[in-house]
Amino acid sequence: MKVVLIDYGVGNIKSIQFAFERLGVSIVLSKDPEIIQQADKVILPGVGEASSAMRKLKETGLDALIPTLKQPVLGICLGMQLMCNHSDEGNTTGLKIFNTEVKRFSSDVKVPQMGWNTINNLKTDLFFKLKAPEYMYLVHSYYAQNCAQAIALTEYDILYASALQKDNFYGVQFHPEKSSRAGEQLLKNFMKL
Amino acid sequence: MLTKRIIPCLDIKNGRTVKGVNFVDLKDAGDPVILAKKYAQTGADELVFLDISATLEGRKTLVDMVLQVAKEINIPFTVGGGVSSVEDVDLLLQSGADKVAVNSAAIKRPELIKELADKFGSQCVVVAIDAKQINGSWKVHLAGGTMATDLDLFEWAKTVETLGAGEILFTSMDNDGTKQGFANEALARLSTACNIPIIASGGAGTVDHFMDAFQIGKADAALAASVFHFGTIDILELKKTLQEQNIPIRL
Repeated sequence: MKVVLIDYGVGNIKSIQFAFERLGVSIVLSKDPEIIQQADKVILPGVGEASSAMRKLKETGLDALIPTLKQPVLGICLGMQLMCNHSDEGNTTGLKIFNTEVKRFSSDVKVPQMGWNTINNLKTDLFFKLKAPEYMYLVHSYYAQNCAQAIALTEYDILYASALQKDNFYGVQFHPEKSSRAGEQLLKNFMKL
Repeated sequence: MLTKRIIPCLDIKNGRTVKGVNFVDLKDAGDPVILAKKYAQTGADELVFLDISATLEGRKTLVDMVLQVAKEINIPFTVGGGVSSVEDVDLLLQSGADKVAVNSAAIKRPELIKELADKFGSQCVVVAIDAKQINGSWKVHLAGGTMATDLDLFEWAKTVETLGAGEILFTSMDNDGTKQGFANEALARLSTACNIPIIASGGAGTVDHFMDAFQIGKADAALAASVFHFGTIDILELKKTLQEQNIPIRL
């Protein structure tokens, strides 16, 4: 099993790498299109600001490559948001894999949302063995609007899509690599997709 | 619903946990990785490591420790203590820390907060504030609480939020070590004034104190050290009790 973590110079990717190592899966960091294409599984991480992250994907040509991938792809946090149509953060056009928009939480709630919240209405085998309401760790100021491709929902100031799926593409807003046993189960499930 | 967080804090010197710890079945309670793992397995929502090493050697050891913790621990953790530059933060995040806490350096040079938020994102910038009441007003202190400043706690908190802090770790020096409860009035004022999460620190002695920090102090998270290290309060029991009182808690 070859898992490639797309390395495009954003944020802390160590924790994702370590989480897979704890499951006994070694992971390759790469931005090489050939290596990414040949992987069994691909992870698109992301921490930080949307427009600068998108710029980095474009600089490497990965913005064109990612939507053409055929193996299971998992976007995590900002990685998932970049896979949507558009983000209000930095007025960023996304990869348009998930047909939804990324908006900022209102100031009725504390922003960023930081901590453990529940995911509900779980769909697909990505959540095998997990039962709603399951707790996951989240840190984010922007959210993906609920849509037909939502496979998990979370409530903060609004009910939003905390996970998305279209064909072989999956995205999670939460950090499975930091979400204790539930997060580990989700990563194991992703490996089996 | 977003839950309230319970955060054990580990003081680190030269890569080892300091302050006594008395978990019964721990062979080496001085090893922060073993202790962190134990907390992660018994319900802690997050961990904070505060480095009190004064030497360069101690700081280097800290980076190794952060790497080991990141390898072993499946919950988020923050590292703080003596963090003074973008390079410091970069190194800690590269080593696997999820968030970094800045304190004195941000008071001396507030733009540091903005630089960190711009480079790494607000989500990993925790501003730690130590304060105590002087003549009825809350004054910010620096250098581990040893030096008073003219800064007002609430004004400084608003400033750090504006500069891009993602979270505030507020330690009341008046309450710290007393085991008489958190500074709930100041906490509630902070939590109402700021639109970022507030971590309560200083004063935890009983389960009720945590309840008060959430209900009266409106804190988003509560941090404690000795009550957890000495086993006075069991995290799981604490969380069960809080949940029975209808406080949103992850169990």
